[in-house]
Amino acid sequence: MIEIKELTRSFNTHKVLDSLNLTIEKGTTCVIIGRSGCGKSVLLKHIVRVLIPEKGKIYIEGKDLDTLNEKELDNLRLRIGLVFQGGALFDSLTVGENVGFGLIEHTKISHKELLEKIEEALSLVGLCGIGNLMPAELSGGMKKRVALARAICVKPDIILYDEPTTGVDPITADSINELIKALHDKLKVTSVVVTHDMKSAYRVADRIAMLYQGKIIAEGTPEEIQNTQHPVVHQFINGLAQGPITETLDSFR
Amino acid sequence: MKKLFLILGKRVLALLYLLGGLSYLASQTFYWLFIPPFKKERIFEQCKKAGMDSLPIVSLIAFFIGVIMALQTAYQMQRLGAEMYIGSIVALSMVRELGPVITALIVAGRVGASITAEIGSMQVTEQVDALQTLATSPIKYLVVPRLLALSIMEPLLTLYANIIGIFGGYLICVYRLGVSSGMYRYITFSALLYKDLFTGLFKALFFGMIIAFVSCYEGFKVEGGAEGVGKATAQAVVTMFILIIAFDCLFTALFYFIFP
Ligand SMILES: Nc1ncnc2c1ncn2[C@@H]1O[C@H](COP(=O)(O)OP(=O)(O)OP(=O)(O)O)[C@@H](O)[C@H]1O
Ligand SMILES: [Mg+2]
Repeated sequence: MIEIKELTRSFNTHKVLDSLNLTIEKGTTCVIIGRSGCGKSVLLKHIVRVLIPEKGKIYIEGKDLDTLNEKELDNLRLRIGLVFQGGALFDSLTVGENVGFGLIEHTKISHKELLEKIEEALSLVGLCGIGNLMPAELSGGMKKRVALARAICVKPDIILYDEPTTGVDPITADSINELIKALHDKLKVTSVVVTHDMKSAYRVADRIAMLYQGKIIAEGTPEEIQNTQHPVVHQFINGLAQGPITETLDSFR
Repeated sequence: MKKLFLILGKRVLALLYLLGGLSYLASQTFYWLFIPPFKKERIFEQCKKAGMDSLPIVSLIAFFIGVIMALQTAYQMQRLGAEMYIGSIVALSMVRELGPVITALIVAGRVGASITAEIGSMQVTEQVDALQTLATSPIKYLVVPRLLALSIMEPLLTLYANIIGIFGGYLICVYRLGVSSGMYRYITFSALLYKDLFTGLFKALFFGMIIAFVSCYEGFKVEGGAEGVGKATAQAVVTMFILIIAFDCLFTALFYFIFP
């Protein structure tokens, strides 16, 4: 379970997150939607404490992240996988070493076992046998899938996906959605998925939350969100150019 | 006048800020230095990058410095008919001063700059964040191996530069100025004391640590894409040069008064 309470964060003078509240139950998939630049990636980075909140608390499985020491935090992080929006693959390591990074650093498994686990994770994202390539030799979509493989290789209980289906072809996008669903159904993984793609949002979500102006303005099941009366959410999920989100823009014209 | 003080104040603040950041990084690094696991391969790899790959340029420059030193002192010494003492001047200035400083400047420009660029681009592509999410401290993974490698390789490179420089002086004196080979060696070794060698190597060790900390610190501080990496690299080289010369002056003065 992830509980976010009154999370506030600004960069320079720009308030990106403004006392945001969100609770994600154990074993559910929560999709976070919102316009580009509204702070979705920033929110995910706070959950793994790569960024530290200005104000507010984050509890993961009841533990307050503020009170954890270095070691406890690392133990917690080993159980959380984050798929970065840009992949963030280590470009000095091979694809295989990237995928197996968590295992290489934190476990003492044999070389053979390690190779098996890496191959298994790569095959889950449909990229068998590229373990010896360097990240620079991959296409953008392949990088994203390798990043996904790296996040799931350590078998985490919580996976945070930052736009996992952006920049991949529709078929691969669908298989990534399948994978997210399978991890949720079989391994009872708690997932947070950031996406712009409403089709995949409806497919994978147990709950959908919309981030707007630093706050979660609506949260509910996919049906509730689809039938919402909230004008902002309505405009966003239907992708309309006219509406309350763009009103401020219109007033300039 | 007020403006001058303002600028001065800003500079002093920036310096204090830098020193604060550096000492924080240093304390973190020394903490992580003693936390297992210890991965030898990573240190070897960095040693190769910092040390082995710097050998050609260090050889070239140290050799020419030795030659130049010999020629320049010859200009004076020949008038006094004291060519044979050129050996001691070359040896002492190489071992006490030029060896450590020249090597440090070369390593700062070559290795330090590349460390800043590497860590800086890892920072802007979120690889440093990714390390953290994989429960690996960026300090342990990136800074510790570089600090160890530079602390080991910097004194070794300095020692090597000293030898090459003295050899350069030897060639000039023996083949151009007619000092006998035995005489040159005798003068060189009788002039050099252990304390000269050790103070030189101590400086080298310290410079190596300065290079490691400043280059990593500037790398972590990068923001704003490729432009930021370029700026940070330039800033890192300037900072390293200034700190190396400033500490060299400090140590030279200290050693002068401690071991007269
Ligand atoms: N390191 C940073 N320094 C300064 N500002 C930042 C930083 N990181 C994010 N921001 C700002 O925070 C805001 C939110 O950024 P974020 O990356 O979270 O957007 P996002 O919702 O993930 O957008 P997208 O859907 O395009 O990925 C942006 O306005 C950005 O300018
Ligand atoms: Mg984003």
